[in-house]
Amino acid sequence: MSTIKTIALTATAAAILTSSAAFAECGIEGNANVSIMGNDFPALHAVFSAAEQCAGNGVTVTKNHNKDYKDLMVPALTANPAEYTALTVSNGTLVTLMNDGLVRSLDALVAKHGSSLNKSQLVTVDGKVMAVAFMANAQHLFYRSDILSQVGMSADEVQTYEQVLTAAQRIRDAGIMEYPVALNTKAGWNLGEEFVNMYLGTGADMFVPGTAQVSINNEHGIATLNMLQSLVSYSHPDYLTFDSNATQAMWEGGKLALATMWGSRTAGVLDDEGSTEQVVMNTDFAAAPTFNGGSIPASSLWWDGFVIAKNVSDADAEASFIAMMNGTSTEMVQANNDAATWLIEGYVPSKAASGVTSTAMNGAAPYPMYPFMGALHGAAGSELSDFLQGGESAEQALADMEAAYNVAAKEKGFL
Amino acid sequence: MPHRTFFWFIIPSLTAMILFIAFPVISVITQSLHVEHEKVLISSESCGPFGCKQVTVIDVEATAQLRTDQPLGQFSGFDNYTNRNHLAFDEISLAWSNSENMSMFFNKLLNLPFYKALAFTLTYTFVVTPFVIVLGLAIALGVNALPKFAKGPTIFVSLLPMIVTPLIGSLILFWMIDGEGVIGASIQSLFNDPNLSLKASPALTWMMLIVYGIWHSAPFSFIVFYAGLQTVPTDTLEAATIDGANRWQRIRYVVVPYMKPLVVFITLMQLMDNFRVLEPIVSFASEASATSLSWIIYKDLTSDTQLFGSAAATSMLTIVGVAILLLPVLFRTWRDFSRTAH
Repeated sequence: MSTIKTIALTATAAAILTSSAAFAECGIEGNANVSIMGNDFPALHAVFSAAEQCAGNGVTVTKNHNKDYKDLMVPALTANPAEYTALTVSNGTLVTLMNDGLVRSLDALVAKHGSSLNKSQLVTVDGKVMAVAFMANAQHLFYRSDILSQVGMSADEVQTYEQVLTAAQRIRDAGIMEYPVALNTKAGWNLGEEFVNMYLGTGADMFVPGTAQVSINNEHGIATLNMLQSLVSYSHPDYLTFDSNATQAMWEGGKLALATMWGSRTAGVLDDEGSTEQVVMNTDFAAAPTFNGGSIPASSLWWDGFVIAKNVSDADAEASFIAMMNGTSTEMVQANNDAATWLIEGYVPSKAASGVTSTAMNGAAPYPMYPFMGALHGAAGSELSDFLQGGESAEQALADMEAAYNVAAKEKGFL
Repeated sequence: MPHRTFFWFIIPSLTAMILFIAFPVISVITQSLHVEHEKVLISSESCGPFGCKQVTVIDVEATAQLRTDQPLGQFSGFDNYTNRNHLAFDEISLAWSNSENMSMFFNKLLNLPFYKALAFTLTYTFVVTPFVIVLGLAIALGVNALPKFAKGPTIFVSLLPMIVTPLIGSLILFWMIDGEGVIGASIQSLFNDPNLSLKASPALTWMMLIVYGIWHSAPFSFIVFYAGLQTVPTDTLEAATIDGANRWQRIRYVVVPYMKPLVVFITLMQLMDNFRVLEPIVSFASEASATSLSWIIYKDLTSDTQLFGSAAATSMLTIVGVAILLLPVLFRTWRDFSRTAH
């Protein structure tokens, strides 16, 4: 009994010591509320948990992981005081927040607390720091080396989407898998993202330069749509319901041989949960393929970073910044090195990051930061499925996208 | 009752109705006539992990000034109603003049988001409603004929589909009909086709959503009918039995006519409810194959490009739709009522 008591006491004491030690490291002065929201994937879990260590002694830290954070963030930060003090965002979603002026400039906070940041982490617009990036992300190719070698192909032979189609056909012909390919093609945002990625691979502009006038109904758009349709013909017929969680589960279940998935999923695929050794051992990553004779990977580069809400008190803002700095510290990276392609000091690139790194090295473009990009992304997500299901021509689908974009952009005051 | 007294009697509920029904509707109408103020765009340099780039950004301060000057945004008249994402008058007249035959015209019509949603919404409403009524009555009659001890548990179990939150219920069904799920796998082995998928084709998705709708709503009509059955006069039933009516004839000529007001009530409720179908579409991720008017509103309000005017216009069109649907039923009830009154 006494032994148990001693152990319990020691454990409690240790817990108190560690938590106060962690608190001391955070250095938040006075009472403050920190409330963080962001997407739901493993790397962000690591960041949020590290930030959470700042709780205690008058400081509360609450976190909310939500894969629909994009839909929640604008109303949540429009409220005054805002529902969340800090948000993890990406280059695509930062624009949405900046459109409404919902995030604050971080210049003063970076000067005061951000000495450990790499300069490349600072996301500036017009010279003002608006966000602090901590990881890079991109969709890139996942492939099963064992299955590729079964059909006599090597990793060098899946560098273009045309080659991916050849490989898929051979896998199908060999009777290994009927549907070896998957992309995140769930109708809506995911499908819109696939369109944007593929279109960026053509190197063409989506808008008439300097205006909000969309220009995708051209030969680049048609090539993009045709490639997407060829790819989904090797996807399971349910492909219009595939989001990242679904494709990761299919990959881990050994149902796929070639997939274009987010870099933030590599760690989940490689870990020892939810999959078989055969799948994990033979999973490899490569840069996003090019297509249509282009040289730019058909993908977009994303960074994930944090922003601080405008409609919160300065004290809460400062506390949130400190907590997020703690969440994105070198110690956090060392403990979670393989969880993401970190942009933070102390990161050692691993296999999990190889896909994102090579996609960036091959010259993929960052996701376009136009204020009206969301309207086009949304139009693509909802107007493409008819075409993919064979219900209409590529020209019609592109015309529909432009028409849907024009209505939305007009209503938002861009046209 | 003197008019004065009547007035004082209804003033509390009248106030509540004005506050909670009339004002919101007026506000939605106002919203639907506006689009957002013009955005002031400026070009500036943006730097980040992937280098620096010249980008277009919104001049938040200048835009905020416009917003203060015109808090409602720009007045756009009925643009929100007639544009392509709603009634699409221009597109329809174009489709009409360019189409060689009706099927081509309908094809073009269903390519427009509003009409695509309307097609599913109406099909859903008109298939689910009668099924719910017939099935609910059948279950009620069945349960009513059970021995007393079995009634309680049976009623409880029959009500379960209604108790489950629609979003959760449809999500559960979504996973059950997955190729790996219990229903999906059973169907695959039944038809001996390992690639059969209920989520893959629009027709199957529609069927699945309709089956879900019936499953979810049948308990409602069941419990209403069951309550009604308890009040069917036993004298009349006994008299019918003595006259030699069998069970079917008793139901057809005594019970059903007696239940008629309940049928009207359930029809009204179901028409309204089903016309507003939303949750199963979200849960089944069926955006590609089936959408509804409510889903369009939901999407306009939740995407990162929020379209308030658009959502308001669709809301108004939904109200008009419900009103049109209910008119025949209300008219019939009113006629029956005035006939009995004379």
